Amino acid sequence: MAGQHDERQFPRREFLVKTLQLPCSAAVVTVLGPLALGSDAAEASQGDSKTAERYFGMGIQVDKCIGCGKCVEACKAENDVPREPFYFRTWVERYVIHNDGEVSVDSPEGGIRGFPREEREGDVLRSFFVPKLCNQCDNPPCVQVCPVGATFKTDDGVVLVDSDYCIGCRYCIQACPYGARYLDPRTNTADKCTFCYHRITQGLLPACVEVCPTGARIFGELNALASPLRRLMRKSSLQVLKPALNTEPKVFYSELDGEVR
Amino acid sequence: MLLVLRGRFVPASFGETGHYRADAVDVVAAQPLRYAGWQVCVECHDSEGAMKSRSFHRTVSCEVCHGPAAAHAEDVESQTPLIPRERGAECLSCHEYLSPRPTGFPQIIERLHNPLQACIGCHDPHDPTPPEVPESCSACHAQIARTKAVSHHLTLECETCHDARAEHRENPRSFLPRKPTAREFCGGCHSENADSPADIPRVDLRDHGERYLCWQCHYPHHPES
Ligand code: HEC
Ligand code: HEC
Ligand code: HEC
Ligand code: HEC
Ligand code: HEC
Ligand code: HEC
Ligand code: HEC
Ligand code: HEC
Repeated sequence: MAGQHDERQFPRREFLVKTLQLPCSAAVVTVLGPLALGSDAAEASQGDSKTAERYFGMGIQVDKCIGCGKCVEACKAENDVPREPFYFRTWVERYVIHNDGEVSVDSPEGGIRGFPREEREGDVLRSFFVPKLCNQCDNPPCVQVCPVGATFKTDDGVVLVDSDYCIGCRYCIQACPYGARYLDPRTNTADKCTFCYHRITQGLLPACVEVCPTGARIFGELNALASPLRRLMRKSSLQVLKPALNTEPKVFYSELDGEVR
Repeated sequence: MLLVLRGRFVPASFGETGHYRADAVDVVAAQPLRYAGWQVCVECHDSEGAMKSRSFHRTVSCEVCHGPAAAHAEDVESQTPLIPRERGAECLSCHEYLSPRPTGFPQIIERLHNPLQACIGCHDPHDPTPPEVPESCSACHAQIARTKAVSHHLTLECETCHDARAEHRENPRSFLPRKPTAREFCGGCHSENADSPADIPRVDLRDHGERYLCWQCHYPHHPES
């Protein structure tokens, strides 16, 4: 997207007001929607996150994941994600680093039924599981490209999809560097992890966290002082996926191997 | 003109909190629950909850095994949760050996770990502490037990072929168990007309190694063909 830096100086309120006063024909929104949201995201990353009351995030302890796939199962059940193997809001990848340094990654059916034994069992330098999901970026590329404002970041930091407004254009699916979005074949609208927004707003844990047997997934508020998530953040050095893209994920990984992409 | 169009196409709550329809947040938040969360379960099932909270499975949530059960918690009469009683996928999805699993996580090799018996026969799912290794033959005959455990005879109890009296375990040499003495013993499972499960391989006793005892050719604790 062109000229993101310029928008940072652009006063956001004014800009939004202008956008709204324009006729809402699809063509205009296609051009302006992304621009307006570009500034939104930029501002959020500068200040919003520190002032918002609740700001949700997740920590993933890679060294605790046993690859049982219960999170994938629970996510599909809780959120009515299509059962076919190409639709996932969360999935688990198995990384195997062979003795010659070759890295193989697999995720049979997202890991929903667990994993078979490796074929080259004798030839393994190290191997581990990495759970993946929408990174709930603070600077979300999917939001920036949505032509109709159907995907957006809430005040508590969660990126959601307005399925009534989504036109199924797939821009967001293309734009997501983490492959976290899919087009729901039943509604023809984009869909993805919501951090189980309907649960967390009632004080429950996301379904994947509820069923994780080893505490590999930790959910919480990034601003709360005493929470398991903050404890994790204090005691281990955390990484995010594809940091160079400046998407500012709110899903943090501990003990992440350098080979993980 | 512009205002008319706007009223027509811009949804009511658009822009209230950002460049999106604020109502959409409520729509997403109103999605129904499928997983109630273990805190709800233990309100009624306090004994399972108490037992589990002190056990190895304290971090394993109820609905991991019983499936999403919010519907049951709402209406206990007509909605019953799953109960995975049979040996198989449920326990093994976490406990079958896989090399990427963190070392130290308790794992078994299903094929070798007390085959054919239901896991919950020995491990209470709400407190799976392994049973004390029974006063079994393997304590003293570890080599034989280990050999047998990886053989085609893994499912056979020692007692199937040796009737060892309890005294043998206290005073082994004075009370030696019996060993099979005749070909017909093995024939009880392996002869053509034996009354035994169909998947057991058969031989014709009359012309199969007929001049020898079976164990002169096949080691009974690790028979190979
Ligand atoms: C409001 C009280 C209540 C709550 C909450 C509740 N249960 Fe139950 N549950 C019952 C009762 C009563 C029965 C016995 C029903 C029967 O025998 O028909 C039962 C039976 C069961 C059974 C055995 C079913 C069977 O076929 O024998 C399981 C398993 C179970 N509950 C699991 C759960 C789980 C998991 C949760 C949490 C999501 C939960 N229950 C929440 C009251 C409750
Ligand atoms: C590791 C898997 C597992 C977990 C975790 C688990 N259960 Fe169970 N549960 C089982 C199995 C298997 C049975 C069947 C036991 C049997 O038949 O001996 C069972 C039986 C039950 C029953 C029926 C008891 C009866 O005898 O009819 C209830 C009620 C129940 N569980 C509730 C719970 C609750 C509440 C929790 C959470 C505190 C929980 N379970 C956690 C696997 C599990
Ligand atoms: C969702 C994953 C999960 C499932 C399903 C599960 N377990 Fe476990 N199990 C665990 C965890 C986690 C522990 C604790 C590991 C630890 O202490 O590091 C554990 C511990 C155990 C232990 C104790 C091992 C030891 O350290 O001595 C046994 C035995 C066991 N489980 C048996 C079972 C059986 C039998 C079933 C099926 C009824 C079952 N488990 C189902 C996750 C699971
Ligand atoms: C005949 C009784 C019996 C049955 C059936 C049985 N186990 Fe065990 N299990 C034991 C005993 C005894 C131990 C402890 C000694 C050992 O490690 O073999 C144990 C240990 C374990 C451990 C801990 C291993 C470790 O390294 O700490 C796990 C996990 C386990 N069992 C899971 C299972 C599962 C899953 C099943 C069903 C597939 C099962 N067991 C069936 C008796 C049984
Ligand atoms: C306390 C240790 C101990 C236990 C427990 C034990 N044994 Fe033995 N067993 C021995 C000793 C010692 C011998 C004698 C070995 C020798 O003479 O070389 C023996 C010998 C045997 C023999 C060979 C008899 C022969 O005539 O050569 C058989 C068969 C046998 N045991 C079967 C069993 C079975 C089956 C069990 C389980 C029910 C069992 N044992 C449990 C210690 C034990
Ligand atoms: C399929 C039947 C069968 C089973 C099951 C079996 N045995 Fe044997 N066992 C034999 C036969 C046959 C002999 C006699 C072998 C010989 O004389 O060469 C024997 C011999 C022995 C001996 C004498 C020493 C030796 O190695 O020859 C011991 C000890 C023994 N068995 C222990 C056990 C124990 C312990 C188990 C259970 C772990 C067991 N057996 C299971 C058939 C069996
Ligand atoms: C209680 C029944 C039973 C008895 C008694 C029994 N076996 Fe077996 N045997 C089995 C079973 C079960 C298998 C495994 C079938 C399978 O692999 O599916 C088997 C397999 C075998 C095999 C085939 C191994 C292969 O490579 O396929 C041989 C050989 C064998 N037994 C020899 C013996 C001898 C020798 C005796 C007597 C000492 C004996 N069996 C006694 C049940 C028995
Ligand atoms: C002279 C040595 C010898 C003797 C004695 C002997 N076997 Fe075998 N047995 C073999 C050989 C060699 C094979 C593999 C080739 C074959 O299938 O004929 C075999 C194969 C088998 C098989 C596997 C058949 C299959 O379809 O996989 C069984 C079961 C078996 N024997 C049981 C017995 C029983 C029971 C006795 C005692 C009644 C016995 N054997 C005696 C040599 C012997």
